[in-house]
Amino acid sequence: MREIKYQDIVDTVARLCVEANCIIGEDIVEAFRKALQIEESPTGREILKQLIENTEIAKKEMIPACQDTGTAVVFVELGSGVRITDGELFDAINKGVAKGYTEGYLRKSIVADPLRRKNTGDNTPAVIHVEIVSGDRLKITVAPKGGGSENMSEVKMLTPAHGWEGIKNFVVDRVLRSKANPCPPILVGVGIGGNFEKVAYLAKKALLREIGSVHPDPFYAEKEKELLEEINKTGIGPQGFGGRITALAVFIETYPCHIASMPVAVNINCHAARHKTAVL
Amino acid sequence: MKRITTPLTDEIVKDLKAGDSVLISGIIYTGRDLAHKRLVDAINNNQPLPVDLKGQIIYYVGPAPAKPGYPIGPAGPTTSERMDPYTPTLLAYGMKGMIGKGNRSPEVIEALKKYIGVYFAAVGGAAALIAKRIKKAEVVAYDDLGPEAIMRLEVEDFPVVVVNDCYGNDLYEEGMKQYRRL
Repeated sequence: MREIKYQDIVDTVARLCVEANCIIGEDIVEAFRKALQIEESPTGREILKQLIENTEIAKKEMIPACQDTGTAVVFVELGSGVRITDGELFDAINKGVAKGYTEGYLRKSIVADPLRRKNTGDNTPAVIHVEIVSGDRLKITVAPKGGGSENMSEVKMLTPAHGWEGIKNFVVDRVLRSKANPCPPILVGVGIGGNFEKVAYLAKKALLREIGSVHPDPFYAEKEKELLEEINKTGIGPQGFGGRITALAVFIETYPCHIASMPVAVNINCHAARHKTAVL
Repeated sequence: MKRITTPLTDEIVKDLKAGDSVLISGIIYTGRDLAHKRLVDAINNNQPLPVDLKGQIIYYVGPAPAKPGYPIGPAGPTTSERMDPYTPTLLAYGMKGMIGKGNRSPEVIEALKKYIGVYFAAVGGAAALIAKRIKKAEVVAYDDLGPEAIMRLEVEDFPVVVVNDCYGNDLYEEGMKQYRRL
């Protein structure tokens, strides 16, 4: 067994929370630059320029790119050969989130109860997803997720007869109904298959991919391209002011499913698609 | 690009059209859900408002904490539709403008025409850039609401786009139609 110290996990998670919020991925900035070449709307181009400048200011001054620094969503790949000393994994992650959000001047956006709505004051608890993998490493990805775009997400239990057309219509319709609310240009995570709870996880996980990466299965690579083209025909455009660029990317994740089912989930991400990873 | 200074008059509002890019300078006030509820309750009960909103602009924002040495933390717009139920009352009172993001209700769009008001959108997610245009920030009312307290912001060239003007135009509808290819 390889030992990893509790405190190292705390410090790593804290650092990832701050970096994810302040340093927007180079793939996103590059996608803004490419969009600027394609966008026909003058207002749309102005928005894209502001978004590029915004990422530069945020990175230079280490301040969050968006004031909604999100729910701290944490993806963990825990090697079966890892033993954590001095404490528990989930405690360490939450302690790291509290440290990162407090010391990093990030906004605390979590209420302890969905109806009584008292703020927890340190952005905990995180939403944590753990997969056990082989090996003796611990991989942690922090992906803060804003409320505006999360509210525009949806799961639908389609059946096999709906086919690809059914999926496509649902995804495009979900984007159309969202209009300006999720802060376009958006990224669209699509989960297909699994079951009710699995498909939402797939859609969220899909959003961790880099823009420009191609789906390993050519069949789905083609489907991603088709969905992106359809979404960019809606005319919603940057910030919903009208334009060519409504989405920067569509990512699909799939899983085997029941003979009677074809669940689909759409998880919309604003242009501030934030995720940072570390391996211990 | 148009430049305007607060407070707003009917003449200034009438000159703004959906789709115009505008730079705002002067004083604007922040307000979100709870502050709106209190303001409207005060108006309905004929009580004085803690800040005079006549001719003023309310910005829908919940900033991140300010780093030492900064007047305010990153401060991009929040979704406006949550304030729709309160907005017609405030426009009737004399408020002239709002800054947020996303669509407004038919009642708000109607009230903008009736009382000569304007709804601007700031760029959602451009919070670090927007904060640079805020020179001073201080809580002026409802400080018990914490991050939802009303703040007085001194802004310089604060970048917005006119979404709903006082003529009933809606940039979201018109812009989308113009570029739609479905």
